[in-house]
Amino acid sequence: MITTNKQIKIKNIHEFPVGIGQLIQIGEEEIAIFRLSNGNVRAIDNKSPHPKGGKLSDGLVSGEFLFCPIHDWKISLVDGVVQAPDQGKVKTYPVEIVGNDLFIAL
Amino acid sequence: MNKKKLIMVGNGMAGVRVIEEVLKLNPYFYDITIFGSEPHPNYNRIKLSNVLQGETSFEDTIINNWNWYEENNIELFTGETVKKIDTENQFVVSSTGRKVTYDELILATGSLPFILPVPGAEKEGVIGFRDIKDCETMIKDSKRYKKAVVIGGGLLGLEAAKGLIHLGMNVDVVHLMPHLMERQLDPVASTMLKKELEEQGMNFLMEKATVELTGSERVEGIRFKDGTEAEADLVVMAAGIKPNATLAQESGIYVNRGIVVNDFMETSIPNVYAIGECAEHREIVYGLVAPLYEQGKVLAQVLCGGKNKAYEGSITGTQLKVSGIDLFSAGEIYEDSTSKSIIVHNEFEGVYKKVQLRDNRIVGIVLYGETKDSNRLFRMLTEKQDVSDLTSISFLQAVGQTEANDVASMADDEIVCGCNGIVKETIVKAIQSDGLTTVEQVGGCTNAGRSCGRCKPVIQDILEYTLGDSFDQTAKKQTICGCTTLSRDEVVAEIHEKGLTSIKEVMNVLEWQNDEGCSKCRPALNYFLGMVHYDYVDERNSRLVNEKMHANIQKDGTYSVIPRMYGGVTSAKDLRTIADVADKYNVGLVKLTGGQRIGLYGLKKEDLPAVWEDLGMPSGYAYGKTLRTVKTCVGAAFCRFGTQDSMSMGIELEKRFERLDTPHKVKMGVSACPRNCAESGIKDVGIVGLDGGWEIYVGGNGGTDLRAGDLLCKVKTEEEVLEITGAYLQYYRETALYLERTSQWIERIGLDHVKVVLADRIKRDELNGRMNQTLARYEEPWQKAIENELIRDTYYTKHQVTIVTE
Repeated sequence: MITTNKQIKIKNIHEFPVGIGQLIQIGEEEIAIFRLSNGNVRAIDNKSPHPKGGKLSDGLVSGEFLFCPIHDWKISLVDGVVQAPDQGKVKTYPVEIVGNDLFIAL
Repeated sequence: MNKKKLIMVGNGMAGVRVIEEVLKLNPYFYDITIFGSEPHPNYNRIKLSNVLQGETSFEDTIINNWNWYEENNIELFTGETVKKIDTENQFVVSSTGRKVTYDELILATGSLPFILPVPGAEKEGVIGFRDIKDCETMIKDSKRYKKAVVIGGGLLGLEAAKGLIHLGMNVDVVHLMPHLMERQLDPVASTMLKKELEEQGMNFLMEKATVELTGSERVEGIRFKDGTEAEADLVVMAAGIKPNATLAQESGIYVNRGIVVNDFMETSIPNVYAIGECAEHREIVYGLVAPLYEQGKVLAQVLCGGKNKAYEGSITGTQLKVSGIDLFSAGEIYEDSTSKSIIVHNEFEGVYKKVQLRDNRIVGIVLYGETKDSNRLFRMLTEKQDVSDLTSISFLQAVGQTEANDVASMADDEIVCGCNGIVKETIVKAIQSDGLTTVEQVGGCTNAGRSCGRCKPVIQDILEYTLGDSFDQTAKKQTICGCTTLSRDEVVAEIHEKGLTSIKEVMNVLEWQNDEGCSKCRPALNYFLGMVHYDYVDERNSRLVNEKMHANIQKDGTYSVIPRMYGGVTSAKDLRTIADVADKYNVGLVKLTGGQRIGLYGLKKEDLPAVWEDLGMPSGYAYGKTLRTVKTCVGAAFCRFGTQDSMSMGIELEKRFERLDTPHKVKMGVSACPRNCAESGIKDVGIVGLDGGWEIYVGGNGGTDLRAGDLLCKVKTEEEVLEITGAYLQYYRETALYLERTSQWIERIGLDHVKVVLADRIKRDELNGRMNQTLARYEEPWQKAIENELIRDTYYTKHQVTIVTE
């Protein structure tokens, strides 16, 4: 169970497309959600750690990795770690699927 | 000890080489004085044709700069000609009246262009092709005049003609004989050369004897023996050279054709030597640089007191310095009753090779179209190697020896990858410590080669050099990416053979190392599958962001939208619509793009479908690996210079090929005349209108790899332009690496090869057939997004959610 008390709920997560990011806006924040081919769902901050920045939701998804659309960095969707030779970390959010709904802890 | 005094008359390549050799043998032996008529230090005359052809600058032709003379204590008088030699009292007198005495005197006066003794030869606008001044005249005149005539279809004439074409002039080449370069080429090779040069825009007037140059003060025309005439604003005499031996003759030195020398380069007068193009050795006057350098070595030894090595003459090889032409010739060109030939004539690839043998030894070589073998064969010729042990088949093999490796001499801190600032040492260390074996791996570890990719060949060399014998030749293969060991060609062949129809299937069957590939292979496979199968259903999620979104992502995550504006032509109505959209969506920037259209920048992704709907225009594909734009000039519709309707032609091309998937972006241009306002010379396909026809240029690039397009062919009608362009683009689609621009592709597979393919009517029809089937499958992507809710939901939605607190 997610223990934080700030959560968002997304309904009918199974209707989300596989293999392409979806952009979630909460106030000023943007979160990118990815439904992967293995059935898992991942949520990360929609902000690249690249010094020049950039958004991530429209990147190319392969397995549990995302290729950043602007600088082609390879980023783990599991822990947010940028793969070598590049360095950095994207903020990830814990997720939980309950029934048809997805809960993301902020 | 008093130094001896050495004077050299002439400051050219052959002479200065002697001085260099002398200085090498004994720098303290002589006080050296050099007289040169031209106002320049020693420069590389051979490269003048490269200067004309725009490949090098005058500065780059300098072999010995002013400092060199100073550092070696050489007294140099430029712009000063020696007028008199007193061989009795051993002194010379120059054009300024300067009198200098000598112990030893070298005559290196070179040669003069042979000016035909015809009426009018003295007119303004009649020049030779010999020195920097001639080049400067050509460059200057090309800006004011249109039509040049080059007399002489030999090495010099053809190089001059090519240079003048490069300078934008219309050029006729007049040749007395029925074949070009008849002293170096046999009729077969000569015919191939002529055809190629004609395609490059040269016009030949063969078997014409010039009898008069017409005009008032400046030349205006040329008249031939058969009564015909040609217009000429500039006449370049390149019918040959004659040794410049007047000074020697007037000074009582024996002159036949040139200044006669013995095997030690000594003239008939003691302490006077001659070398280079002014000298005649064993009845031969050499006009090429290699023998002159051999003479220089011998003479330097003689001057420094050694007569152990005599000069016994040279066998020379010839190459033509015209871009796009590979040609080599040496020794005997024509068969006689005692010689036998091995001839390989590959008409398919435009290659012709002939080796003449006598008594098991090579006595003559003619290579056209491919000259890789020239060094090897020429060495066999000069060394009189017995070839009876070699099979004639080896003639077809490439030279086995690899060329000397430049990487070894590269400094550790030399930058290899300029984009990422990676030096050689970093790469070498990474290779050694991480056991890397491929260019991709080096990129993965160091970033080198990951940006523009131009340094990849150097990285390859560093790999080979660092790994030495352990370097695995198979690792040299360029794989699509790190997910596979297969190359582009292997993957495409497997798709064909095994009938693979989806990316997933390709990865499964071909044992991909990452289940879902990467950002390199996914777009590539998506392209290859679409190229092979006309009915392929595009896998949108395997495209990178811009192609996936059909808009161009900007650095802040917003997108730009650029609608089609066929041929760069718009209307007041469309402009109003664009203005309204810009207002309505609060567009951050409205800008004219480089491709003659209007871009709207800073749009939110979720607004894109609505923006497209309001615009009501098709996507300009300004983001895709596809046809971008067809840039046009105004053309015959309005322009007083326009000879063709370039706008209509451009619009037709753009409408025909829009949306086509290609290995990389493709840009086109159509100009209505050779002034080329649409910059057709730096387009992937560039069309130039002429009176009564069109020229088609290919492989041009104005981007990272700046490259001028090559003339593919000339055609008469607009239908032919469409036909050739279609076949050309389809051939590029079918054979290029993914992300290989046409400029790189044409360099890799060869313009001649492409020409041969496209010259074949049947092949052309087949290519166009496949092109038409491919074009039939495309749908307008913006319209599709407007109509299809699922596409809008998947790609252009921003989900608004609220926080639930438990």
